[in-house]
Amino acid sequence: MSLARIASDEPPWARRVAIAVAVGFVGLMLVLPLALVFAQALSRGLGASLAALKDPDALSAVRLTLTTAALAVPVNAAFGLCASWAIAKHEFAGKSLLVTLIDLPFSVSPVVAGLAYVLVFGLQGWLGPWLEAHNIKIIFATPGILLATVFVTFPFIARELIPLMQAQGTDEEEAAISLGASGLTTFWRVTAPNIRWGLLYGVLLCNARAMGEFGAVSVVSGHIRGVTDTMPLHVEILYNEYDFVGAFSVAALLCLLAVATLALKALLERLQPASEAHGR
Amino acid sequence: MAIAPPDGALRFPVLVSGRRRSAIPGFGLTLGVTVTALCLVVLIPLAAILARAAGMGLHGFVQAAFSARALHAYALSFTASVIGASVNAVFGLLTAWVLVRYAFPGRAVLNALVDLPFALPTAVAGVALAGLYGGQGWIGRFAAPLGLKLAYNEVGVVIALTFVGLPFVVRTVEPVLRDLAVDVEEASASLGANRLQTLARVILPALAPAWITGFALAFARAVGEYGSVIFIAGNMPYRTEIAPLLITIELEQFDYGSASAIAAVMLGVAFTMLLVINLVQTWSRRFA
Repeated sequence: MSLARIASDEPPWARRVAIAVAVGFVGLMLVLPLALVFAQALSRGLGASLAALKDPDALSAVRLTLTTAALAVPVNAAFGLCASWAIAKHEFAGKSLLVTLIDLPFSVSPVVAGLAYVLVFGLQGWLGPWLEAHNIKIIFATPGILLATVFVTFPFIARELIPLMQAQGTDEEEAAISLGASGLTTFWRVTAPNIRWGLLYGVLLCNARAMGEFGAVSVVSGHIRGVTDTMPLHVEILYNEYDFVGAFSVAALLCLLAVATLALKALLERLQPASEAHGR
Repeated sequence: MAIAPPDGALRFPVLVSGRRRSAIPGFGLTLGVTVTALCLVVLIPLAAILARAAGMGLHGFVQAAFSARALHAYALSFTASVIGASVNAVFGLLTAWVLVRYAFPGRAVLNALVDLPFALPTAVAGVALAGLYGGQGWIGRFAAPLGLKLAYNEVGVVIALTFVGLPFVVRTVEPVLRDLAVDVEEASASLGANRLQTLARVILPALAPAWITGFALAFARAVGEYGSVIFIAGNMPYRTEIAPLLITIELEQFDYGSASAIAAVMLGVAFTMLLVINLVQTWSRRFA
């Protein structure tokens, strides 16, 4: 369809007003907060900001955040591949219920998710006494943070792959199988090349959320500085201590991550062949 | 994001024990892994909350889940979420329209920026919004002389919840708007409707299901939001305390029962929203 033809249906002044309002809304709600973070981080110069990032507690928060994402994203990628293979390439009863349940973490409050893990693994929880007896720490330790992160990012990759693989149908896989390829070969040689863009896209969004999760991680972390403190939690600690340069410096680092995520996402959408694009 | 996919078509169905089976292997393994992971990561932990809340007995549950303080928190969470989602419904629809229909410089940047709330950690959004709208902030300092307080009160909660819900309406309406056939608009115009009539009678009804879905998704996200709100809300009991914050407060006091009771209510809301979203989508497919 011709963009220009439709656009001519509205008078030019209405078009300009609509564009101005949309740009103004996004500018006010999204660009200003981003700009403020960088302005605050650099309010005492770049040196002060970098010094705040080199603080051992800040470095340990960066390390924990990177570790968590490095573990949570592959777990969810594996889950997403399994779920989309089962759901998109096969028919079974209860499929729509399964899809709905996979979406559940999107609508559950992160704080509720954190509480759920405290009730299972915490000292008062179902497995608490057993874990205590075997000297395994999950809550207020790294495993708890990892579990909470896996929960909140659980649907991300599956949600990208399921509609993509459904739209692609099963013809190519069936052709490969009927020609004698094994299931695994079919996956690697036929399915994987078709879904790699969608998978990358899901991994990107999953990673951004894994590094940025706050509510769920906050509940299970225990906020031990330098030990169970992720980058978003470290922002909160510094902010509450009125160390605004420190808080906004760590925040600025997370903003860079967000901006890089958006830039990569835009790039992926541009590079992705039209045949592999789906409604988003 | 939570858009239900169309039904996958089967080309070589084989009837085995009454169930349609495809020739593609790996069904048992992948479904097994999926269901096991879902149970371990999502369902069993959430069941722990319901079990804990149920263990309090009806009286104890009602007292904890519907205490005066909790009722205030729900009221604030729901009202602020409805207002935030409504703001996004209006501006999100306009933004989607502008992105799909008009060519202008900076469109690609605008398009990329819309997803910022998905990519930006909520705690960062929280400190940034508090810095903007607080009394000394870039925006707050101009509002203060006018007698407007934009942070550390209910207004601050609405601002934060508007921020987190911003992409949902844009991203659900956008694909539907893009696929909308031009000929129905042309037909409407050729039958003598002016542009506003076409908009109100032809375009908006076609967008309604996606629009409602976007609103519901923004609302569901806002109700559970924690990180961006606590920095700008002021967090005063009975006034600016949101429901998720109350859960963390009960937890800090080791009152796991009360925390679970409030969480169970929030879970109920989450399930209801999922149901509503699915119903709207089923309904929209029927009339598509």
